Amino acid sequence: MKTLKYLVEKEFKQIWRNPMIPKMIVFYPILVLLIFPWAINFEVKNIKVNIVDQSRSTYSQRLTNKIDASAYFILNDITDSYESSMKDMENDRCDIILVIPPSFDEHLVKEQKADISIVANAVNTTQGLLGSNYLTEIINDFASDLRYEIKPILKVQQAQSLEIVPRYRYNETLDYKTFMLPAFIVLMITLICGILPSLNVVLEKEIGTIHQMNTTPVTKFNFILAKVIPYWIIGIIILTISIFMVWIIYGLFPSGSIIALYLASVIFIVGVTALGIVISNYSDTLQQSMFVVLFFILIIILLSGMFTPVSSMPVWAQTIAYVNPLTHFIEIMRLIYLKANTIADLLPQMGILIAFAVVFNGWAVLSYKKSN
Amino acid sequence: MKQNIIIDVAGLTKKFGNFTAVDNISFQVKEGEIFGFLGANGAGKTTAMQMLIGLTKKTSGQATVAGYDIHTQSEKIKKNIGYMSQKFSLYEDLKVWENIRLFGGIYGMKDKDIAEKTDQLLNRLDFEGKRNTLVKSLPLGWKQKLAFSVAIFHSPKIVFLDEPTGGVDPATRRQFWEMIYQAAEDNITVFATTHYMDEAEYCDRVSIMVDGRIDALDTPAQLKAEYKAADMDEVFRKLARKAERD
Repeated sequence: MKTLKYLVEKEFKQIWRNPMIPKMIVFYPILVLLIFPWAINFEVKNIKVNIVDQSRSTYSQRLTNKIDASAYFILNDITDSYESSMKDMENDRCDIILVIPPSFDEHLVKEQKADISIVANAVNTTQGLLGSNYLTEIINDFASDLRYEIKPILKVQQAQSLEIVPRYRYNETLDYKTFMLPAFIVLMITLICGILPSLNVVLEKEIGTIHQMNTTPVTKFNFILAKVIPYWIIGIIILTISIFMVWIIYGLFPSGSIIALYLASVIFIVGVTALGIVISNYSDTLQQSMFVVLFFILIIILLSGMFTPVSSMPVWAQTIAYVNPLTHFIEIMRLIYLKANTIADLLPQMGILIAFAVVFNGWAVLSYKKSN
Repeated sequence: MKQNIIIDVAGLTKKFGNFTAVDNISFQVKEGEIFGFLGANGAGKTTAMQMLIGLTKKTSGQATVAGYDIHTQSEKIKKNIGYMSQKFSLYEDLKVWENIRLFGGIYGMKDKDIAEKTDQLLNRLDFEGKRNTLVKSLPLGWKQKLAFSVAIFHSPKIVFLDEPTGGVDPATRRQFWEMIYQAAEDNITVFATTHYMDEAEYCDRVSIMVDGRIDALDTPAQLKAEYKAADMDEVFRKLARKAERD
């Protein structure tokens, strides 16, 4: 244990003198928490729409105005040529084309029914899908307005269509930022505590100092512990800075148990630093370990439910997500932040995090070889 | 006292696949001796040394260092030896005193002893002004002297030096050997590889490795007489001529 003091002291001095790391610890949370929440957003806005108005009637004019008034759409062009609109779509000047046929008003008045077609650019699937949904909604709304105007007599008899008003609990305004902020904190901790220890160990291999260390009586356990302890502390510092930043900037504070939040974070940090060490034990060069670490971190991020819900993944991916510690850590963070959960509610997720930490720490010590 | 055997090697062999890097070598080193471990590049010196200090596992044979078996008690050996590699291996981003403190600490020395001995060491080396200098900004010769001092800082029974004077100017090499003599006087056994033949003359006894085997082992004077050579350089050339490896 006495040896550990000297080793940890050495690690801290080296981290402190590193030209990058101390700066990263301060600027990383600031950048991630100030910029990401605004940039990474699944709401679709500013869809450019072309209206091919072949009817040129009062009704088509009213529909155009209604679309123009919506916050989701930007009116790119009103034309009567479908071809020129397609050209606009090919050149990315418009995302959606709404075609109003020549007989639009006539059919509306005589038959109370008219055909309108929507052509959406689905290269960006989400935008295409949501765009045409929004547009359909506006048109339906427009149609029900007209129904009353044209046949006011029917107004009484016609059954009011059922309107459902959902109430969104735990994130009442359905703010995407509220959903993502806890996940961004997790993202930062994962990147810093997963990548840095791994690079640190491989760097000692490249310089040759690890060779010197291996001729000393330093035990494997102490050597690795000294490598990870500084990153445990750095992880907790980043977590604390982030909680305060999210509170001050976004007014979001964990509504559940803050003790549970720190407990889960400590367990996760202990596990993810060990993951980095395991990878470095199998790598001889910086390139190797950097590539492997990024590969694994990318997988655990994409299959964690950070951006897309786990329940909509295929079964094989759900299986991976289930054993993925990040899935559970993100879930814990979101539940504590938004749903006021306590330790008792989170025992299953905590259990998986503990298993992760135990397995990878054991692996890290066993796979470190003092001789070959 | 000086006649105790401190390194005892019998039939030590290391194979990498089909290649026999160290081929059935046997020798003994006495306590307090300066033992020169010579050989051409690729003769197997470094591999043999790495087996003795527990960095590489043996394929077959027996060896004890400081009374401990290299196969089963390598961690005990590590408490009793110092090592300085051909690649400079102090921490470049630590200051001079911080490196000394680190290695003193991991060999189990007390803070107070470390501080006292650091003062003495820096005084003796005339290094006092460099105490707070980062090791990376020291000239190579100074680095090597510091690395050697750190290797014997915890007063080991044996110090292993792997080509310690590579790339260092003759004046510094001279000073370096004075430090080695000083260490031997403090009853630290010195086991050094080198390919500077003038340095071989400074050793009490030398062994010469050719193609993984030890072809000669004696005092420099005896070897010169046996091979009818004017100096160690000639002895070495006569032996190395037999080498089949590149």
